[in-house]
Amino acid sequence: MRGFEPKILGFLCNWCSYEGADAAGRSRTAYPANLRVVRVMCSGRVDPQFILEAFKEGADGVMILGCHPGDCHYKEGNLQALKRYGLIKRVLRQFGIEEDRLRLDWISASEGDKFVQVVSDMTERMRQLGPLPR
Amino acid sequence: MTEKPKIALYWCSSCGGCEESVVDLAEDLLTVAAAVDIVFWPVAMDFKYKDVVAMNDGQLAATLINGAIRMGEQEHMAKILRKKSRLLIAHGSCAHLGGVVGLANFYPREALLNRVYQEVPTINNPRGILPQLEAMDSGRKVTLPDFHDTVKALDQVVEVDYYIPGCPPTPELIKEAIMMVLEDRLLPKGSVLADKKALCDTCPRRDSKPDKLRITEFKRVYETAWDPTKCFLEEGIVCLGPATRGGCAARCINANMPCRGCFGPTENVRDQGAKSSSFLASIIDMTDEEALKKAADSIPDPGGLFYRYGLASSILRGKLTPKRS
Repeated sequence: MRGFEPKILGFLCNWCSYEGADAAGRSRTAYPANLRVVRVMCSGRVDPQFILEAFKEGADGVMILGCHPGDCHYKEGNLQALKRYGLIKRVLRQFGIEEDRLRLDWISASEGDKFVQVVSDMTERMRQLGPLPR
Repeated sequence: MTEKPKIALYWCSSCGGCEESVVDLAEDLLTVAAAVDIVFWPVAMDFKYKDVVAMNDGQLAATLINGAIRMGEQEHMAKILRKKSRLLIAHGSCAHLGGVVGLANFYPREALLNRVYQEVPTINNPRGILPQLEAMDSGRKVTLPDFHDTVKALDQVVEVDYYIPGCPPTPELIKEAIMMVLEDRLLPKGSVLADKKALCDTCPRRDSKPDKLRITEFKRVYETAWDPTKCFLEEGIVCLGPATRGGCAARCINANMPCRGCFGPTENVRDQGAKSSSFLASIIDMTDEEALKKAADSIPDPGGLFYRYGLASSILRGKLTPKRS
């Protein structure tokens, strides 16, 4: 597994988490380059098909980052994401994809440090798990 | 007298239900039989493999193939029939999407063979022999077709012109498909010959569905008694109608059973299982993580349920293994 660098696809909501990533950038905090970001209007927009497609197309891990519960720009889009997350994780297990390869977390616009922390943790965990076989 | 159009029917990895659905045309079968020459139909008529090979390319007006592609022999026949036919129609869920047999893609080939030929309690195979491509028997070489590591839908091995969905399709859909060919009113290539919208759109219980579905757990049909006039989802019973193409005449709903998804995804959806998990999760009326986990866990086999008919043609096609081709 030497030299393995995981590819992680992140769906970041426009209103909180993408701003949070920007906050990390503005404060010049470094975070692993393993993350590829897709900006979505809401974490509730992330169709489970996107997640499966990401794993099929080469992602070793997928992250969905949204506003904290109660802070959603669309009131409860992030809660829809939370509900889907619980069920799709079980489906993924049956496809041989470890639960840790999909992560849902809440990052507010001011939480640049938390963003860096979450991305670093996820990258480290993917390094441990190794590449997704396909 | 002008020659009647020639039609062939073939089966691959299937249960025989699709053949039965042709017989279920009943009197209409006579109408069809009068209008066409059936020149190859192994389950019902005595034609040989060499008869098919001897045909000219494109000689057949249409061939209906049911069943998924699991064995080398099936892929071989699909390719031959594709060459001989002007139109190739995938008949039934297995040919259309991989079907129930496609669920085997959740397991590696070796695990399936070991299970069937060595582990099941009823097997008597002391030497642990697995199917071989070639073996000697009384001085003669006997051969078997190879067993692929992945179940495939028909369009994953040959080009398919039309799809008749269903497990099995309704006789009406089969008749309509054959008449479409005979009367030369062809739809765009690749069409699925059923509704474009979800089953809910034509569900007889549609009016009983509340504006907002809110449930706290999923129940299996044996765990509960339900009102036979109400939307299944309202009762907490998993019904895949919202994520499944309509056109089946709501046979299961009319028999008071929930939809299991045999018509496959709707027109604009790629992965029926993903959509099923999505809509089911979104009607759970809770946001507490522990409670959500409990609700999700009340579906014992989500993969097998959401992909019952479409695993082979889903985005991931089966359990991820390094070897899957």
